[in-house]
Amino acid sequence: MNILKQHAKLERNLLFLILGIFITVSIGGIVEVLPLFTIESTIEKVQGVRPYSPLELAGRNIYVREGCYLCHSQMIRPFRDEAERYGHYSLAAESLYDRPFQWGSKRTGPDLARVGGKYSNEWHVRHLIDPRSVVPGSVMPGYPHLAETPLKVDDIAEHLKTLKFLGDPYTDGMIAAARSDIAAQATPEAEVDALLKRYPKAAVGDFDGKPGRLTEMDAVIAYLQVLGRMVDFTTFDPAAADR
Amino acid sequence: MTASRHAEAYLEDIVKKFTVAAVFWGLVGFLVGVYIAFELAFPALNLDLPWTTFGRLRPVHTSAVIFAFGGNVLIGTSFFVVQRTCRARLFGGETLARFVFWGYQLFIVMAALGYVMGVTQSREYAEPEWFVDIWLTIVWVAYLAAFAGTILKRTEPHIYVANWFYLAFIITIALLHIGNNLAVPVSVFGAKSYSAYSGVQDAMTQWWYGHNAVGFFLTAGFLAIMYYFVPKRAERPVYSYRLSIVHFWALIFLYIWAGPHHLHYTALPDWAQTLGMVFSVMLWMPSWGGMINGIMTLSGAWEKLRTDPVLRFLVTSVAFYGMSTFEGPLMSIKSVNSLSHYTDWTIGHVHSGALGWVAFISFGALYHLVPVLWKRKGLYSMRLVSYHFWIGTVGIVLYITSMWISGIMQGLMWRAYDEWGFLQYSFIETVEAMHPYYVVRALGGVLFLTGAAIMAYNMYRTVRGDVRVERPFEAAPGVAAAE
Repeated sequence: MNILKQHAKLERNLLFLILGIFITVSIGGIVEVLPLFTIESTIEKVQGVRPYSPLELAGRNIYVREGCYLCHSQMIRPFRDEAERYGHYSLAAESLYDRPFQWGSKRTGPDLARVGGKYSNEWHVRHLIDPRSVVPGSVMPGYPHLAETPLKVDDIAEHLKTLKFLGDPYTDGMIAAARSDIAAQATPEAEVDALLKRYPKAAVGDFDGKPGRLTEMDAVIAYLQVLGRMVDFTTFDPAAADR
Repeated sequence: MTASRHAEAYLEDIVKKFTVAAVFWGLVGFLVGVYIAFELAFPALNLDLPWTTFGRLRPVHTSAVIFAFGGNVLIGTSFFVVQRTCRARLFGGETLARFVFWGYQLFIVMAALGYVMGVTQSREYAEPEWFVDIWLTIVWVAYLAAFAGTILKRTEPHIYVANWFYLAFIITIALLHIGNNLAVPVSVFGAKSYSAYSGVQDAMTQWWYGHNAVGFFLTAGFLAIMYYFVPKRAERPVYSYRLSIVHFWALIFLYIWAGPHHLHYTALPDWAQTLGMVFSVMLWMPSWGGMINGIMTLSGAWEKLRTDPVLRFLVTSVAFYGMSTFEGPLMSIKSVNSLSHYTDWTIGHVHSGALGWVAFISFGALYHLVPVLWKRKGLYSMRLVSYHFWIGTVGIVLYITSMWISGIMQGLMWRAYDEWGFLQYSFIETVEAMHPYYVVRALGGVLFLTGAAIMAYNMYRTVRGDVRVERPFEAAPGVAAAE
């Protein structure tokens, strides 16, 4: 058979074989992945999505560190039951500043894409310290150490700079104010007008029930409380979002 | 003449090292898996400590079984196979081989310690941070050099089919590893980095990687093992050479497209989801082509399944491969996926492939290798191999059936409505309903781990040179009577 004879050439030449493999496995990725970076309709045009505030970003990094994504998705699918359970289906735009994305692949616990504002800070503190004290059937690990560990804040401006380098719209002003913003967001009665102008809809105040101490608990809850809150879905029009 | 022949002797010491490492990491990976399975059934086992939570230990489990156990099996067998099928000593000699071995073990230890300490990129199956990724890249290039270099200096005209699969595995994993791990560290003195991609592009890149870690690490690499060890053990040639060619090119072409089926009904554009689904369904064909090629290699040697439990491992693994690669395309159909996604069904599916296919074919290959490498007449005990086989098989069956039930049940509970049109179950009710199945799953894991411990003991005694006094496996009574 002719084609088999042709194939014998590949079997006798390592370079041809390697090139053949390389080309064969490249095609799928080129067709599926690269267009996502160039087709404009990939990400909906919506108002309200902004980069994370320094405190939210620090909280998000703790969320990543603890592997929360292994049990909690952040991606609501467009089904009736998910809309009723979790809220409006997730938009691509809502994870625009997620590096890396936290859509997850398993719901051992519920989806968290719109958990912001659903529960009080006090509930989150109790739940994170001892999940079964508020949800008896929960299988979630307890994270009591979050409430005891002081939040590392000294390099937060470097984090914002890195994200800016990658293309996220942090301004020089945001980077300069990062250290003061991270403290102000978790301090009751702090002057937050400028902070809220930089990061609209950020939850402010004491999160962990220990005013005066900035802990990892503060950061995680600040992050959880902003999830799903940036886009205003009372005025969201899917047709206008051009998708 | 004899001197030059001696210089060209195959490097086997390095294969021994990989074999021992594979058994060691296998036990570690299975043990951590059993522990986190019990954590889901009994959450107090998380101990309220940062280092022992499910979230930190789960990547330890997945990396230990995939990259530490599976990786050591793949690199070790590839060094064994490439030298024999090329009739050439390993390129780079002891030095390069040792670098690959110790470099790879260092990668594993750095990755695992990182997870426990909370150093992770949170990309599934690509959790190690940037500095570990760079180290792995260096080791991988050395591995490619040793492997491809050996092929270059081969004294056989043809490159054997197993080596095509090993090559596809090595090259594609390099491509995926680099493509998916592009990131910028916050500081060169710190562990933390941020992904070069964000949101939807990041998700697609990650699952382009994630699915093909399955496709090229856990499939193509282990198919190479199938193409060498099944014919070797059955003492029959590969069923069809033509099917090998079609199988190889179709498999590596189609696999790479299948990633988006991990992102059905998400914010990934529909066109990408549909492409992913269509190619996943098509992938069923080359997968079964490979299965047929593997199983039919036993034509005329079926009776060996009765007398050789090592071959039983190899052939059963190919059967599990066939089952998983039928289930996978099924789950990639969007309407099925709408139920299965986010549930334990996915976990069950992964484990029918990981335990049934990857681990079983590895066990078969390792059982074959140990007596050859340590120059023993045979294994310490074939009966123990058979016990391992049955205990492991029962463990797998418990694992995947419990996960089918819990996954489908949870998926149905999430979407159930009562007669007034309200959601019937709160989320926590669906979690509580999982408990008995999580216990059964963990027990399945205990059995699987027990089997692996029996294997480790059997190999230890084999290496020591012991032979167990036992009744040998005999051929069928009819055959025996005829003789």
